[in-house]
Amino acid sequence: MKFEVLMPSLSPTMETGTLTKWLVAAGDSVSIGDLVAEIETDKSTMEVDAQEDGTVLELLVAEGSENIPINTPIAILEIDGDEMSIPASPPPEVVTEAPPKTSEVITEAAPKTPEVITEAAPPPKVEQPHGVSETLRTDVRTALRDAMAEEMRRDEMVFLMGEEVAEYQGAYKISQGLLEEFGERRVVDTPITEHGFTGLGVGAAFAGLRPIVEFMTFNFAMQAMDQMINSAAKTLYMSGGQMGCPIVFRGPNGAAARVAAQHSQDYAAWYSHIPGLKVIQPFSAADAKGLLKSAIRDDNPVIFLENEILYSHESDVPIDEDFTVPIGKARIWQQGNDVTLVSFGIGMSHTLRAAEMLRDIGIDAEIIDLRTLRPMDTATVIESVKKTNRCVTIEEGWPVCSIGNYVSSVIMQEAFDWLDAPVINCTGKDVPMPYAANLEKLALISPNDIVEAVRSVTYR
Amino acid sequence: MAAQRRRRTQKPTKDELLGYYKSMLLIRRFEEKAGQLYGMGHIGGFCHLYIGQEAVVTGLEAVAIKGDKRITAYRDHGHMLACGMHPNGVMAELTGRQGGYSCGKGGSMHMFSKERHFYGGHGIVGAQVPIGAGLAFADKYLQTDNITFTYFGDGAANQGQIYETFNMASLWKLPVIFVIENNQYAMGTSTERASSTPEFHTRGAAFEIPSEMVDGMDVVAVKEAGERAAKHCRGGGGPYILELLTYRYRGHSMSDPAKYRSREEVQKVRGEQDPIDMVRVRLLALKSVNEDDIKKIDKDIRALVNSAADFAKASPEPDVKELYTDVYR
Repeated sequence: MKFEVLMPSLSPTMETGTLTKWLVAAGDSVSIGDLVAEIETDKSTMEVDAQEDGTVLELLVAEGSENIPINTPIAILEIDGDEMSIPASPPPEVVTEAPPKTSEVITEAAPKTPEVITEAAPPPKVEQPHGVSETLRTDVRTALRDAMAEEMRRDEMVFLMGEEVAEYQGAYKISQGLLEEFGERRVVDTPITEHGFTGLGVGAAFAGLRPIVEFMTFNFAMQAMDQMINSAAKTLYMSGGQMGCPIVFRGPNGAAARVAAQHSQDYAAWYSHIPGLKVIQPFSAADAKGLLKSAIRDDNPVIFLENEILYSHESDVPIDEDFTVPIGKARIWQQGNDVTLVSFGIGMSHTLRAAEMLRDIGIDAEIIDLRTLRPMDTATVIESVKKTNRCVTIEEGWPVCSIGNYVSSVIMQEAFDWLDAPVINCTGKDVPMPYAANLEKLALISPNDIVEAVRSVTYR
Repeated sequence: MAAQRRRRTQKPTKDELLGYYKSMLLIRRFEEKAGQLYGMGHIGGFCHLYIGQEAVVTGLEAVAIKGDKRITAYRDHGHMLACGMHPNGVMAELTGRQGGYSCGKGGSMHMFSKERHFYGGHGIVGAQVPIGAGLAFADKYLQTDNITFTYFGDGAANQGQIYETFNMASLWKLPVIFVIENNQYAMGTSTERASSTPEFHTRGAAFEIPSEMVDGMDVVAVKEAGERAAKHCRGGGGPYILELLTYRYRGHSMSDPAKYRSREEVQKVRGEQDPIDMVRVRLLALKSVNEDDIKKIDKDIRALVNSAADFAKASPEPDVKELYTDVYR
């Protein structure tokens, strides 16, 4: 009987993959555990094992095929045992190659509901290049890598350190190729000791180097919080201006998909509380690149919050090596008259989707991407609210002491008389992130939440 | 890589001894004055005095060369004076005045001097240790001949980040001397009550870091050990651990009644092992130094400290505009 081999899901956020190489040919016989194909995901290249004993009847996709959605049949086996039927998706068991050395994130090749991903991250549609003529369609991952590479070429003092940044090429492939170009002096693999290596990075910055410290995810940076806040953020002040700390802390932040409470948290509000830190959370690839370059050139400690789900998302990125985006400037994504939507990072995905739904019901939203959370460009928000008279904020983090709370307070103080409705803060639900797919979906913000909030503030 | 305890072998010159004496006495008199000013309300907050431990920084500063870095925790006044920072600036920081090293915004625990390569002055127990390794990382990155003296106490020696740092420093052969100032009490808890293995120098063995235990009350022994450690680090051998056995005469901070040890214990150390007395005796044993020479030094140092206190009281409070400066650069 025939058995379909399906494109497996090999990471929590994988939507599609590239079949880089077939390791079997039609007519070959295979046993369970034999390697059949090499697949490149958004994070790494992995080998896929046979799940049944049998003979390869047909390879359905050619080597090098890109963007194959998970659960697409990629080969057909003739297998023994006529009691078995062709399985429905997902395949009963996806056995992956030996897990990477350190990352729990990567080894958890959890099956996931595709709806979560598609809903959480629609491709941006209103992206505009920044007035620079030549652009290249680039994903966030590559934009970040290019930003680091360009700045490392520009300034010998810049170096990258973190877990798996060098030989492994980055747990999320952000540092791919950097070891090869810059060598182990400037691309430094660290032990899994966030507290220690963060302090070490701070010391290197005090001494005049410009470290980029990658956290595999910001969830792990809680181990290093003391060094980031007490040492990096406060020392300039405590030294009467003598001791600068030019350092960038970067890595994925917020929920990925189905990695549960300890690996799904948005730290935007946490770091934004701290004087002495600058905090950036970009959405588009162009902003990711331009702002990371600005962060590396900045003489202050900068928290640079990325998002795993956005890594594969593309936009037009200026190719000019001098292209930067200023820290502390919001961006108006879409002009509108009826309501101001204020968001940042992954929240922008939900916001853009909601804006389309609002257009369908005749509501014309103005959309502001804060991009930098500290220092925050509240002037742009105030100006917009004076025009629309209504505001909804959108973020993935928790509701208590959120970024939206702060935006609301500034609006109250500076534009109270212009408001025609209370400001509503759309946030993640006030619970640790659940694992179950249905509960996780409920815990995250959705475009529907935003639409409901907008209907409420516009009384429609 | 077993730790060793060695006897000193060198015979210091008169000038060396005079240098040690002046440095240690300056720290002692400065700290006594700081204690007085605290009692009079001129100094606020926490104030941790270094009295009794003067030989540690004095001996180690004797082996530092230009460009070497040093970093410590919050019992830091002695380290600053020993590396050449001016008593006026240190004392004015204690009083929270514009003339202080941090313009009055850091206080006793948070002072820095880029010029003297003094990197603080850190208020969180143990946090200065990975930072110190980072300073050494920069020297290795920039291929200088410099090393970093990273000081911490027996209390900090139980912090997890110390061992994360030992691991990286040894792995990457960083030019850093970890100086464990074992004054036998982590605030009010004796080492026996807080540490499963109170011989802290042995803790580098797991990371193959060579180490020594040294009599931290004998400045000459400290300097000799420092020479061995510095030679190892400058030669590319990686980190080195020195455990200095020392003692603080005063409480943990000004508000510590020191009920955890007896007055007799303190008096015994003062009477038998005082680092300054020890050098004074050695100086006087030299035919070329007499009581009058010693008195002259004492007088000069008192004058220096008194003038620092006057400066610290006269220096204005920081301008209110300073509230918002130096948050970002």
